[in-house]
Amino acid sequence: MLIVACIKQVPDTTQVQIDPVTNTLVRDGIPFIVNPYDTHALEESLRLKDRFGCTVAAISMGPPNAEATLKKALALGVDRAILLSDRVFGGADTLATSNVLAAAIRKLHTEYDNVGLVLCGKQTIDGDTAQVGPGIASRLGYQQLTLVDKIVDLDFSAGRIRVSRKLEGRHEIVEAPLPAMLTVVRELNRPRYPKVPMRLAAAAAPVEVWNNQVLNLEEQSIGLKGSPTWVSKIFSPERATGEILGDGYADPDGTAKLLIEKLLAKDMLPL
Amino acid sequence: MAPNHTIFTMLLAASLVIFAISCWRRFSLLSLGRPEDRTDDPGRRIGEMLRYAFLQQRVLAKPFGLNHFVIFWSFLVLAIANGEFLLHGVFPGISLARLPDGIYFPLLLVLDIVSLLALAAVTIAAARRTIAPPYPEARTFEAYFILSLIAILMLAYFGINAGKIAAMTGGTLNVALTWMPVSSRVAMFVLPAEGRYVHDISWWSHAFALFAFICFLPNSKHMHILTAIPNCFLRRFEKPNTLPMEEFTPENTFGVGRVDRYTWKDLLDSFSCTECGRCQLACPASITGKPLNPRGVIHDIKVNLLENGPSLKLGGTPLKSLIGQNGEGSVCEEAIWSCTTCGACMQACPVFIEQMPKIVQLRRHLVETEATFPEELLNLFENMEGRSNPWGIAPSERTKWYSQMQVRPFEKGVTDYLFYVGCAGSFDSRNKQVTVALALLLDKAGLTWGVLGKDEKCCGDSVRRLGNEYVFDRMARENVTLFRDRGVKKVIVQCPHCFSTLKNDYRQYGIELDVIHHSELLRNLVQDGRLALNGTAGDLGVLAYHDSCYLGRHNDIYDAPRQALELATGTPPVEMGRNRENAFCCGAGGGRMWMEEHTGERINITRVKEALEQRPDTICTACPYCLTMFEDGLKDVRAETVTVRDVAEVMAEAALR
Ligand code: SF4
Ligand code: SF4
Repeated sequence: MLIVACIKQVPDTTQVQIDPVTNTLVRDGIPFIVNPYDTHALEESLRLKDRFGCTVAAISMGPPNAEATLKKALALGVDRAILLSDRVFGGADTLATSNVLAAAIRKLHTEYDNVGLVLCGKQTIDGDTAQVGPGIASRLGYQQLTLVDKIVDLDFSAGRIRVSRKLEGRHEIVEAPLPAMLTVVRELNRPRYPKVPMRLAAAAAPVEVWNNQVLNLEEQSIGLKGSPTWVSKIFSPERATGEILGDGYADPDGTAKLLIEKLLAKDMLPL
Repeated sequence: MAPNHTIFTMLLAASLVIFAISCWRRFSLLSLGRPEDRTDDPGRRIGEMLRYAFLQQRVLAKPFGLNHFVIFWSFLVLAIANGEFLLHGVFPGISLARLPDGIYFPLLLVLDIVSLLALAAVTIAAARRTIAPPYPEARTFEAYFILSLIAILMLAYFGINAGKIAAMTGGTLNVALTWMPVSSRVAMFVLPAEGRYVHDISWWSHAFALFAFICFLPNSKHMHILTAIPNCFLRRFEKPNTLPMEEFTPENTFGVGRVDRYTWKDLLDSFSCTECGRCQLACPASITGKPLNPRGVIHDIKVNLLENGPSLKLGGTPLKSLIGQNGEGSVCEEAIWSCTTCGACMQACPVFIEQMPKIVQLRRHLVETEATFPEELLNLFENMEGRSNPWGIAPSERTKWYSQMQVRPFEKGVTDYLFYVGCAGSFDSRNKQVTVALALLLDKAGLTWGVLGKDEKCCGDSVRRLGNEYVFDRMARENVTLFRDRGVKKVIVQCPHCFSTLKNDYRQYGIELDVIHHSELLRNLVQDGRLALNGTAGDLGVLAYHDSCYLGRHNDIYDAPRQALELATGTPPVEMGRNRENAFCCGAGGGRMWMEEHTGERINITRVKEALEQRPDTICTACPYCLTMFEDGLKDVRAETVTVRDVAEVMAEAALR
């Protein structure tokens, strides 16, 4: 049984700035992190590995330096780490990205008798579309279960999964046949911390790199050419000028009162 | 029964065999430990041994230390009498009486009086243990047993002599009365006819007490009689303000998860503990009701070693785990995480046991090998690794504190000093005020200094003390490279944790920085006349100074902040009950800053209450963590009229008005 965790390297958004001239993200010198939601997908895959003894593969599409992200996954305990990297994959929107990821999963299908689950974060913090996971599911014909905050029941032999979905103000318990694609939310689990021996082993372990010669996709379905959407502009909205209320250091109680009054006046506190 | 030399010889031989086997059993376990070199500078080692083991300098630091001093020296002096007793028992021909009278008689006098002193000292020791023990669990059978044995030895010594004196007459009696005043007074209660019986009974009592002592010694805490002296000889000269580095290669293990991963010296420490309890009486965690007790940790290491030793010697695995809740012989995780690495235990220990580094080694195992640690630390570790600061704030915000003022970047040859602001000084809103005050003072004194701005990285203190050596190692290497690339030599810091890490820990990475803490720098600047004070900071009222552990105990800086405060206010700060090397931690060191404190009273509250006993208007600190802990503590005890100021802020009051 194989479980695939899709992860993405994203710029640390707290440190990202936008270049006002080119309308693109300034990524120079900005550290990359694993997309936070994906860390929960990864963690859940590893927990299923601990529980059922499945094999876990982490896959990621990105430039060569995204290898670092996959090294982190190796340090946490995935069995295989595959980087889907090729110049022709570049400039992809969510459609083209899901084509590549789906193709990789399809290829993994040929190596393992069974791909049971694909797990993705609910969205990435750089693109925020939440489309890639569902895209993969549709291209592979998997059931899609989004916003999962708990796997209630999983029976590989019966080929069924039951999960809880976290929706606005309510939870939904749904059951689906396998194989299924899950996108997960933070509440699902608490990611583990890598052990040093594993980190050291990961540093020596290889990350497999699959380019388009391996996946053999038509250029019309991938990269810039396969992307019907493109970003015309990125900008930070002007922030309305703020106001400093009172002196919180000298008079915390008084300042808190000021703030409460202000919020009440604007009807911004639920009473 | 009259003394019988054959029986005596047989019993003595048996005791010595038991002694040798017990010693071998314990000492051979030391070979299970990892190697460690403790033989550098033998001359200095001998000096320290004389000072601390023979002159008992640290033992004497506490009131009952004098009592121990008397017992220790009596033990050495009476070794002459006991040696003679044993030899005489086996070879009746050997006797001190063969010495010339000019030596023999004074010797008798010395032995007689020292025996009395020893008897008095063990009686006081037993009484103290009963009435006011150093800690309640100190009333052990073992302790009373050994004290009784010593008392029996002394009483029997008098008995033997008194038995002989009772039968004496004429000139010999006169000699005895002169040279054995105590024994002859005892002899007054003995009838001449009973002298023989008294002598014989005393002789056998003395013999059995001595045999019992020999057999019991290596199996008890009194093993310290054998190990304390070498332990002082083998002490670490460097203050344990740094921890040993780890080598990150795949075949290594990280931290200590089983007892044989400690070094042989760590194991020797466990055999050297006298169970005096001084460490636990100084430990902020123990005092405030946490499950950590430094004496207990050392004891558990010993018990664990004794239990697992035989199996480990055969190359087997430990039967009892070192970490966990398995009672005696295991250290529980909560205890391991309770340590603030304040170093009070090591300061108190009369035989130089290094408790704190052993605790950090256990943390290393938990973090690096097991990846189990209190929940709060996950964020901290990730923030440190990802953004090089504890809060996970974007590094670009490091420059925010000087958005309102002119600050230069550090440039070799242009600026003399690097002002290494530190994470608290860069991000914490209260501590940013200290940073600004210090920056203004540096400018006023005409120093040329610069900052690294958004390139500055966390020094890594918290992660190192928390046992995340892997991350610390990376952070240290990054910083050392950065300092080298930028040509940094002289560094000003306002945080004792940055201070100690840059100065001491980074030395392990091959960089010798000239690091100066702001309290020292400001004092020097005023004393040298470079920083003029326009007035005094007298309106801060009564000012109490709190020693930061990493400035004081770990780096011996006690006077500079006090002098700086005196210069600024005109009067020396008032002292809290526990101060200088005995100061009580604020509770934030060792990464405790980033953890919850659920068990017992909070350490900062205990310290705040102690400070308030001096009725201060202002509590003065020289560390951003202490500042935070005191401000929080004062709020909790509702002492809001008392303010907390950093040394730099007090100086600024006087210099910048
Ligand atoms: S370093 Fe401080 S907190 Fe830790 S055991 Fe020693 S005295 Fe206790
Ligand atoms: S470790 Fe040192 S201070 Fe603590 S009980 Fe043992 S001998 Fe005393």
